[in-house]
Amino acid sequence: MNTKLLGALAAAALLSACASEDTSGAATGAGATGGTGMMGAGAVRPGSQEDLVANVGDRVFFALDSSSVGADQRPTLERQASWLAQYPQVQVAVEGHADERGTREYNLALGQRRANAARDVLVASGVSSARLSTISYGKDRPAALGSSEDAWAQNRRAVTVVR
Amino acid sequence: MNQPNLLLSRRVALLGGAGLLGASSLARAQAPAATAGQVIDINRARTDPIPIALPNFAGSSPDAQRLGQNITQVITNNLRNSGLFRPVAREAYIQTPEAAAGAPRFQDWRVIGAQALVTGRAEPQGDRARIEFRLWEVNSEQQLQGTAYTAAANNWRQIAHVISDVIYERMLGEKGYFDTRIVYVAESGPRDRRTRRLAIMDQDGENNRFLTDGTFQALTPRFHPNARQIAFMSYNNNQPRVYLFDLNSGRQEVLGNFQGMTLSPRFSPDGRSVVLSSARGGDANIFVVDLASRRERQLTSGGGLDVSPSYSPDGSQIVFNSDRGGDQQIYVMDANGGGVRRISFGNGRYATPVWSPRGDLIAFTRMGGGRFGIGVMRPDGSGERILSEGWSMEGPSFAPNGRVLTFYRETRARDSRGGGYSARLAMIDIAGFNERQVITPTDATDPSWSPLLSS
Repeated sequence: MNTKLLGALAAAALLSACASEDTSGAATGAGATGGTGMMGAGAVRPGSQEDLVANVGDRVFFALDSSSVGADQRPTLERQASWLAQYPQVQVAVEGHADERGTREYNLALGQRRANAARDVLVASGVSSARLSTISYGKDRPAALGSSEDAWAQNRRAVTVVR
Repeated sequence: MNQPNLLLSRRVALLGGAGLLGASSLARAQAPAATAGQVIDINRARTDPIPIALPNFAGSSPDAQRLGQNITQVITNNLRNSGLFRPVAREAYIQTPEAAAGAPRFQDWRVIGAQALVTGRAEPQGDRARIEFRLWEVNSEQQLQGTAYTAAANNWRQIAHVISDVIYERMLGEKGYFDTRIVYVAESGPRDRRTRRLAIMDQDGENNRFLTDGTFQALTPRFHPNARQIAFMSYNNNQPRVYLFDLNSGRQEVLGNFQGMTLSPRFSPDGRSVVLSSARGGDANIFVVDLASRRERQLTSGGGLDVSPSYSPDGSQIVFNSDRGGDQQIYVMDANGGGVRRISFGNGRYATPVWSPRGDLIAFTRMGGGRFGIGVMRPDGSGERILSEGWSMEGPSFAPNGRVLTFYRETRARDSRGGGYSARLAMIDIAGFNERQVITPTDATDPSWSPLLSS
């Protein structure tokens, strides 16, 4: 999948994710990397999940059947690594997910591989692996609930979650 | 819960039924040529269900008659749902059930087109019940089977299933699959926050109950060959791992503290080990875990995601799903991990292979062209047939006689909030006909068919 298309899908993910959450403020500062705005700016506690979502971007997206972190997605993880360096007490879980167009067992393994791929970028960017865990939910916890290419693009993801 | 194989406390053959031929042992030895040893022919099945008459089992009191009627109804539904029998419409019956239970007037059953006739009696005896039935071949006027069961009265459903299996086997020459259960994942709530609980029911959808409370997500349950234990995947403590569930005690335990996520468990045919996939590092590989020692042994290594292993019924081989060649395909290997060869070569991606208990077929999910299908192929990959296709379906599991598959179907969400999505269990004959939805109280996925409970 070319990066231009992936960028467009990620942008669609941003818009759609915001539309489907009951938040009034749009996500800010996350560029085209996705993320859902959970709280308005200003109410965000530094080092929290809300901070990560609003100011860094909590997720990266994957191409169909792929578990490699694309060049356009890498900056999000690098920003996450910088952010984690700011808050050395924070531990995170990287959650890997797949879209609904696969079988459950394979998608569990695929989600795990995506979570590992994102974790590896974080480690390569200087985050101690002791602060990182991974878990896969396969296709069983979609972020977007529809059955469209847009929804699937949003669901092929690895989400960094503060523990 | 009852231990299924202890349930039927007494079973006796009925001798000399109504003065006709018919010790069941004798009948077993010399069944009429028309039906004896008839191997189920998948071409024949679609066009030629056996017409069978099932007058209500007689009883000497209103309670007994009600019991008899209930039992007859369960048997009738089982046989009809198999697609291999056609129950003759009750309105056509000439002889009364009471009279037929005494001595069938075969002419009355012949003229309404019945090839087989089932008569019986039900007698409650306190909290127990005595149920007897006879299976007759109408044309030859011969009793093919006559058996009486004495059991706890509240187990009348299981008696009805056992009788259904006897009728199926005597008429078709193969074991039935009615005295079985299905364990599955009961799903409820919005798609992004679903509750997923293990549930179990009789194969006809009755006696549904939940096994886990939904605190943790449970997936992919599979029966032990003794039908009393289930292997499944649980997110207990946010660590997705393979667990064992004991149906007698209700206890759950983790299979072992293995590294990483463990998933897609299945028991070996001898019940002594569990084969599963373990995701460590970037790959997922097939391991086998010995149940006594809980030691694991790695069977595949390197390059790709290997999931969904399933043993051949003789335990000598394992079929599994892997993307080692670039996309999901089906591979077979020796049980020790050697001799890996790819067997799926059709269009699309292949997944969730499961070996038939008869050994002759492997069922699978195929994905391609925006559709999912359930199919079967021979273990060498030849003879592929797609049985059903649709938006989304997967996870086939064989009935213990290898004749029917259960799987789950999903419908496409029609809006961005997931409206219109559903997940339901289905059954289909391996000849590709008689697909039916299985009614469950909630959405349902990941069905696994038990072995026969009281054989």
